[in-house]
Amino acid sequence: MEFRTFVFYFLSAILVIAGLRVITARNPVRAALYLVLAFFTASGVWILLQAEFLAIALVLVYVGAVMVLFLFVVMMLDINIDRLREGFWRYLPLGSIIALLMVSEMALVLGGNYLGLFETSVEQAGAEHSNVQAVGRLMFTDYVYPFELASVVLLVGIVAAVALTQRERRKNKSVSPSQQVFVKARDRVRVLQMPAEKRD
Amino acid sequence: MMVEALQGVLQGVFGAAFPLVWTLLKIVLIIAPLLLVVAYLTFWERKVIGWMQVRIGPNRVGPWGLIQPIADGLKLLFKEVVIPTGCDRAVFLLAPVFAFAPALAAWAVIPFNDTLVLANINASLLYIMSITSVGVYGIILSGWASNSKYAFLGGMRSAAQMISYEIAMGLALVVVLMVSNSLNLGDIVRAQSQGYFADKGLAFLSWNWLPLLPMFIVYLVSIVAETNRAPFDLAEGESEIVGFHVEYSGMAFAVFFLAEYANMILVSSLAAILFLGGWLSPFGFLPDGILWLFLKIAAVLFIFLWVRATFPRYRYDQIMRLGWKVFIPVCLIWLVVIGVWMMSPLNIWK
Repeated sequence: MEFRTFVFYFLSAILVIAGLRVITARNPVRAALYLVLAFFTASGVWILLQAEFLAIALVLVYVGAVMVLFLFVVMMLDINIDRLREGFWRYLPLGSIIALLMVSEMALVLGGNYLGLFETSVEQAGAEHSNVQAVGRLMFTDYVYPFELASVVLLVGIVAAVALTQRERRKNKSVSPSQQVFVKARDRVRVLQMPAEKRD
Repeated sequence: MMVEALQGVLQGVFGAAFPLVWTLLKIVLIIAPLLLVVAYLTFWERKVIGWMQVRIGPNRVGPWGLIQPIADGLKLLFKEVVIPTGCDRAVFLLAPVFAFAPALAAWAVIPFNDTLVLANINASLLYIMSITSVGVYGIILSGWASNSKYAFLGGMRSAAQMISYEIAMGLALVVVLMVSNSLNLGDIVRAQSQGYFADKGLAFLSWNWLPLLPMFIVYLVSIVAETNRAPFDLAEGESEIVGFHVEYSGMAFAVFFLAEYANMILVSSLAAILFLGGWLSPFGFLPDGILWLFLKIAAVLFIFLWVRATFPRYRYDQIMRLGWKVFIPVCLIWLVVIGVWMMSPLNIWK
């Protein structure tokens, strides 16, 4: 077996186990941690495919930022596992139909190469080929409008999040730091000159 | 010659596994001195702060106190690692590893001179940013796994601080890679070796710190906040507030401590590479070399210690205000300024 193949199966095994543990772990924080492991291993698989920019961006965005905020939320929730599992049998038929649909979709996409559905095949680039440059060039030439559109959608998301959290001002007595920094020492402290007194 | 002879011998001994052994050997050659520097940085910090406060600092163990860090390490090694009741044992013990490992893994792509680098990859700056962003897990997991509300709140606080300053830091780095036209750390240094002043022999005026001065300052302050160091050290503000590692003791605590210092060295070397010209010599008549890099790292590290001895601790809302309302707007504006500058006829980065 070639070393590359070994690495691929090693990472895939970890990925599959981590993915399974995400849905089977009883502790939600542990489930989120397995998801982090899954992302990290997936980025390893992408590096094997020579998509180093995507792999690094996956770690940077999903592991470094999204999952951290996700963990924040999960840690602060008071989750009762038994309540969560209550409707398991009731939702099973609907869930299994959706699962079946997703599996068949995935099979079509992943098996497309073998079934001859697609005409193109992934071409291999040399090690000197810079992924970042290629992605950047495409993004600002061929895909500039979709890219700008995506950024506007993101901006809408940001504005919506700010609007949701800032609906009403909190009424407390905190002073704005931007005013605090303008305080001068002579506004607060007065230094008095006094003659020395002699006590007898 | 010696290196080649050693390569030959090892090739004979290990056969097919030779590339693996050779890489491991190089990793050890980076990590072992790094750990030594971490140990002696703690000693140097205590000495420097001692002098700044007109004290002597540690001077009992060994000549001039030089064995002090080893004594400290041994003491921590022999202490019991107390594991709180009701905590998540596995995550509790994994958290220090999460904090420490990224600080070591990032060294894989740091170039020491023109040719000396473990892995010369194209996107090395991106790699460093993504690997160091994993370090925040050590903080929030240790806070959560300790099963203590104080540690939990401390973890939340420190993690929010690190994420906020990562944005300002990332934007500063974006400006650097814009002017260097590369994500490779070696190319970023090489891009700093040319310019108007470099031709006149005053190479240090051609480094990135001068044309990108606002970004350099933002970066310097952000790395202090990013490593949870004074005056942004709410993680361990012992006099008024407790941090994420209150429940840790013995070696588990020591690993957090080592991670902090290893991170300091890492971000200092990044500052040296991105803004201070890496291994380039400041004057035309002096040769370039690895010593310059070490000197620059030491200078940035000294600023860390100097700042710690000088400034009082920030309040938490002041830290957040500085990060979000001052640094990020400054970075965004400077990003546009540099973009316009590069498109104008006055472009100096060609």
